[in-house]
Amino acid sequence: MDTLVEPFQYGFFRHAIEVATVAGALCGLVGVYVVLRGMSYIGHGLSHAIFGGAVASYVTKINFYVGAGLWGIVSALLINKVARRRTIGADAAIGVVTTASFAVGLALISRFGGFTRNFEAALFGNVLGVTATDVWVVVGVALFAAAVVFFCYRELLFTTFDPEVAEISGVKTGRFDALLAVTLAATITATMNVLGVTLIAATLVIPAVTARLLTNRFALMLGLSVGLGAVCGFVGVYGSYYLNISSGASVVLTGVLLFAIAFVASGPTRVLPSGLRSESDVDSVPLPREPSRSV
Amino acid sequence: MSVLVELERVTCSYGGEPVLVNVDLSVRAGDFIGAVGPSGSGKTTLLKAIAGVIKPIAGRVKHERGVTVGYVPQVETVNWYFPVTVREAVLMARRGGRFVPWPSKQDVIEADQILERLGLGGLGERHIRELSGGQQQRVFIGRALLRRASLLLLDEPTSGIDVKTRHEIMHVLHDLHHDGIAIVLSTHDLNGIAAHLPQLVCLNREVIASGAPHQVVTPVVLEKLYGAPLEVLSHSGMPVVVESYDEMADVSSSAVIPLREGHHGHPG
Repeated sequence: MDTLVEPFQYGFFRHAIEVATVAGALCGLVGVYVVLRGMSYIGHGLSHAIFGGAVASYVTKINFYVGAGLWGIVSALLINKVARRRTIGADAAIGVVTTASFAVGLALISRFGGFTRNFEAALFGNVLGVTATDVWVVVGVALFAAAVVFFCYRELLFTTFDPEVAEISGVKTGRFDALLAVTLAATITATMNVLGVTLIAATLVIPAVTARLLTNRFALMLGLSVGLGAVCGFVGVYGSYYLNISSGASVVLTGVLLFAIAFVASGPTRVLPSGLRSESDVDSVPLPREPSRSV
Repeated sequence: MSVLVELERVTCSYGGEPVLVNVDLSVRAGDFIGAVGPSGSGKTTLLKAIAGVIKPIAGRVKHERGVTVGYVPQVETVNWYFPVTVREAVLMARRGGRFVPWPSKQDVIEADQILERLGLGGLGERHIRELSGGQQQRVFIGRALLRRASLLLLDEPTSGIDVKTRHEIMHVLHDLHHDGIAIVLSTHDLNGIAAHLPQLVCLNREVIASGAPHQVVTPVVLEKLYGAPLEVLSHSGMPVVVESYDEMADVSSSAVIPLREGHHGHPG
């Protein structure tokens, strides 16, 4: 028993597991919208874009969260704006804006140097090096994201499901797309130090797709995704202590394991109870279009 | 009858060639209008212009004060794998202004009453993918009704469904029209749908003709519309469009067939 609670006697570990649990829940919440909008690529792209902001804030000696956060919000809004040009498309818009932003970061590193240690933390995460400030920032952004989803639930759902009809029905879809873009940028900025640029996309996507496999109800998918994200964060960091592996990788691998279990359980030879299934037995409906648009 | 929406010399474009040119159209309370024309003729764009979701590059769209528009999209454009139940899909159109995510009791009661009226009673908890084509179409009609729409716009409401389901949908629409809701729909189906409507707008980027079916479903108008010669017969006072195969070597007789096109999903 002592062995099981041993890591909790260390302050750095308590911080790490708190922040990873909240960051996992936060990514699970925002990830539902990312996945349902067919925008999984944006998590990957935006995290790279914010890396440029992280370097720029380091070089200009601006607070990381302020510099990288603003950079991320501008990048997200820019992607949103560019993607609305029908001739370009969301995926190409993400490609242009995010790689340009990442390249700015690399250019600044090669020109000014001195970011080497932070560079690794930004890329791969350093959950064991988080400070109390990092914890509070993640908690603050999680509360903001929860408030956005709570107060704009209907509008975000309608805009995600059927943006044209939502617009006709009086929902200002442009505003809600922008609000979601800002929330996503804030989420990635807050969790970058914890999870790392290269792994954030996975924490956004895996809990949400796992939840999708388990339910056909939107509200339940939100709840499950938040719960699964939190479990991945907690178990991932806890497991990394004993397995002596990178905590970011451990969080992601925990998610992959849960996804694999859900995938098998909800597959053709289902073991899930009927109330907790996503696939229907009805096959006589048209295949859906592949949604591809801005956040 | 009062004018709900008025289009004055409206031209719309998605950035290239205009897809609608100089369209004049008045939609009045009590109207039941069908927009017909080939694929790419601007039918969907016309509906979106009426809804006010596409801004014209020339001309103007005037909405009467207080008009509420309900829009029913083509079923092919809906993501049927999206995790929502029938009731959740209808309730998306509930009034805004509540600061909690869940609907009010009144909204749920109203949504269930609408589902009951549309023959979907007891299906509220089903996932939208678990319904038949006609039921799916009615879910989105229900969503428009929850908005208390005074004008209902439907994009190809009978595409990809069988004759029985088509009759069910048209029955629902006639009931709603009888209750005072103005309806504008787009369709490829001249014999099955258009010929039964009180008013048609024949569209091929511009309005080729408009009026009652017996006035506009004529060989001259149809050739202008589709670019191919078509015969028109009369059956119980209704025009029936006939595609003639006389000139084809391997077919010796004419066939009376509904003039429907296989391709859907184009923003026509």
